Amino acid sequence: MLESLEWLQPTPADFRLQIKDLRATIASGELDGVDAQLQALANYGLGLSQLEQLAKTARSYAEASPKTAMRQVRLGLLGSGTLDVIAPALIASGLRHNLLLDVVIADYGTSLQAACDPTSEFRAKNPEFVLVSSDFRTLDLDRSFMGEAEASSKVQFAAQTLRAILDGLKGWVQGGVLMQTVVPPLEPLFGSLDVSQSQSCFAMVAALNREIAGWAQAGEVTVVDIARAASWVGLERWDDPARWHLAKMPFAMNFVPLYADLVVRVLGAIAGKARKCLVLDLDNTLWGGVIGDDGVEGIVLGQGSAGGEAFLEIQRVAKRLRQRGVVLAVCSKNEQDAALKPFREHPEMALTEDDIAVFHANWTDKAANLRAIAETLQIGVDALVFLDDNPAERAQVRRELPMVAVPELPEDPALYPRTLLAGGWFEAVSFVEEDSRRADDYRAQAKRRELESTSDVAGYLQSLEIVCTFKAFDAVSRARISQLVNKSNQFNLTTRRYTEAQIAAAEADPALFTLQVRLSDRFGDSGMISVIIFRRQGSRWVNDTWLMSCRVLGRRVEEAVLAEVVRAARQEGVTELVGQYIPSPKNRMVEKHFEKLGFTPSGEADGVTTWTLDVGAYDYPDLPVTIVRE
Amino acid sequence: MTRGEILAKIQDVMIDVLDLDDLHIEEKTTAQDVEGWDSLSHLRLITEIEAAFGVTFLTGEIERFKDVGDMVSTIEAKLQRR
Repeated sequence: MLESLEWLQPTPADFRLQIKDLRATIASGELDGVDAQLQALANYGLGLSQLEQLAKTARSYAEASPKTAMRQVRLGLLGSGTLDVIAPALIASGLRHNLLLDVVIADYGTSLQAACDPTSEFRAKNPEFVLVSSDFRTLDLDRSFMGEAEASSKVQFAAQTLRAILDGLKGWVQGGVLMQTVVPPLEPLFGSLDVSQSQSCFAMVAALNREIAGWAQAGEVTVVDIARAASWVGLERWDDPARWHLAKMPFAMNFVPLYADLVVRVLGAIAGKARKCLVLDLDNTLWGGVIGDDGVEGIVLGQGSAGGEAFLEIQRVAKRLRQRGVVLAVCSKNEQDAALKPFREHPEMALTEDDIAVFHANWTDKAANLRAIAETLQIGVDALVFLDDNPAERAQVRRELPMVAVPELPEDPALYPRTLLAGGWFEAVSFVEEDSRRADDYRAQAKRRELESTSDVAGYLQSLEIVCTFKAFDAVSRARISQLVNKSNQFNLTTRRYTEAQIAAAEADPALFTLQVRLSDRFGDSGMISVIIFRRQGSRWVNDTWLMSCRVLGRRVEEAVLAEVVRAARQEGVTELVGQYIPSPKNRMVEKHFEKLGFTPSGEADGVTTWTLDVGAYDYPDLPVTIVRE
Repeated sequence: MTRGEILAKIQDVMIDVLDLDDLHIEEKTTAQDVEGWDSLSHLRLITEIEAAFGVTFLTGEIERFKDVGDMVSTIEAKLQRR
């Protein structure tokens, strides 16, 4: 399955003809729609020659300076062994992951110099990312039988060499360094003893891979775990000693397509192109049978039957992806009520209604539904993966939306999870707490958009049940306040940046009136979304900082904030509020912020506008917001 | 398969591997005679020819190929041994 990338369809017989057609199109200058055509051609389990042909086509497209939605990346390759064969495979495979690649390779055997020498040809080509690949044979880990001490220093030396390459690259590579884990040898030295004898090549490679993993944990490098991939397919098939001797090919030629896809999926993830949403069909995908015909009692799910357990596993995998930060959606040809029944009534469902951010059950074609789902979630169609057991549905979506990833599924649902995950569309290169909440955030946002589309603005805001929580700066929230102060660009009136130490000082500064604003509604908690600082100057307060997350635009939060500031100002006998707009390249959107809040213009100098508000004359507006003060 | 049939099939594979619009090879054709047939594409060519005929070339055999005819002979011998 892995060798021929069976999560993709087999290459069509007329592939070469399609390539020729596309080349003619590109040559004629008709560049619109070429993105989609390239991606459509990439979405097959292409062999070496097809990857080469597609890569050439992609390169000539890139050279025509097109307007492409794909991320253009120059990738440098450093390593032992023959990498030239891999370059076209990388370029063609990159298309599956929304990457339009250009690949540059350092001369054979010059990795260290290419990485460290400022005058190297490799550096002159300025790759944005660099992949370092190594083979245990060129790292000198296999030459001779040695004692434990010598073996240990061999590993140290290999690690130091890789480290030197890494440090050299870090000095100038802008995007990041990818480093491949080293594939261990198949041949045993002692036999089963190898795993515990540090002088066996097997143990030395394992020790070296632990070093590499350590660098990855420290965030210094992104790992491409080729050693694991080799174990997936079996070292026996992966390694080809004859080809190593002939041409320094580090692995068998038939794994070039797999190797290339593994690298580009990691690169895609770093470049932010990993997919965000898994759209699930229902009948015969999440349960056996057809809910509309079989009813809740008739569908096959769990309950100790082999078929039922297989479908349950598919649900569990989807659920785990969700917990990892992938958004789930449903797209099913069913009546809405019927489709929801198992979620509401079947005792064995692993997925709940709450797990699904957008639920589409209707009789419209699936491609149209996928577009709508992407629109609701405010993500690109190229961020979707679509899981459907029905080949006709898969074909329709592939035809209409080639940028949607549609895994080709085997007949047996027991293999759906493996096939879906083997596709690598949800590759992640980092994981933080917030990621777990991402699916929840998307779901909340989707629910808000659905509600918005069905009501007038006032009705919508009312039904959101917005709760706005005000609090002065405090130690507990300091880190988040600093984050907002330093990262907000658009809804930021003055773009003043403060260090965490300065924010800490602000907490206790009697000359400052500070507010941290939290927002939640019936769909979810958005956390802290606005930061306010006013300077107390006798009978007037002057605004120093006013920023807000763009996620909460249109909910009248600014008005609620002003009301709160006025309330506090009145309590201190303040008569005037002064606001300032300091223009920046990114904050045009708040040019009229104070005007909209009822301030009068009171001056302008060098583009900076000043505004005043008569506190006494201010009328509290009627806002669809519940205020909580802490 | 006859030598002629083997030759024709090698020609088809080469057209695909070397991404050519058209190609006519004979038994005495060498890498010098074909555009794009270099040491890099040679590796792919060998791999795809092996796959097309269902045979495996030994390193020694590959190193001894002087022209297309040598390939044909080697393939013919392997197919006969089946």
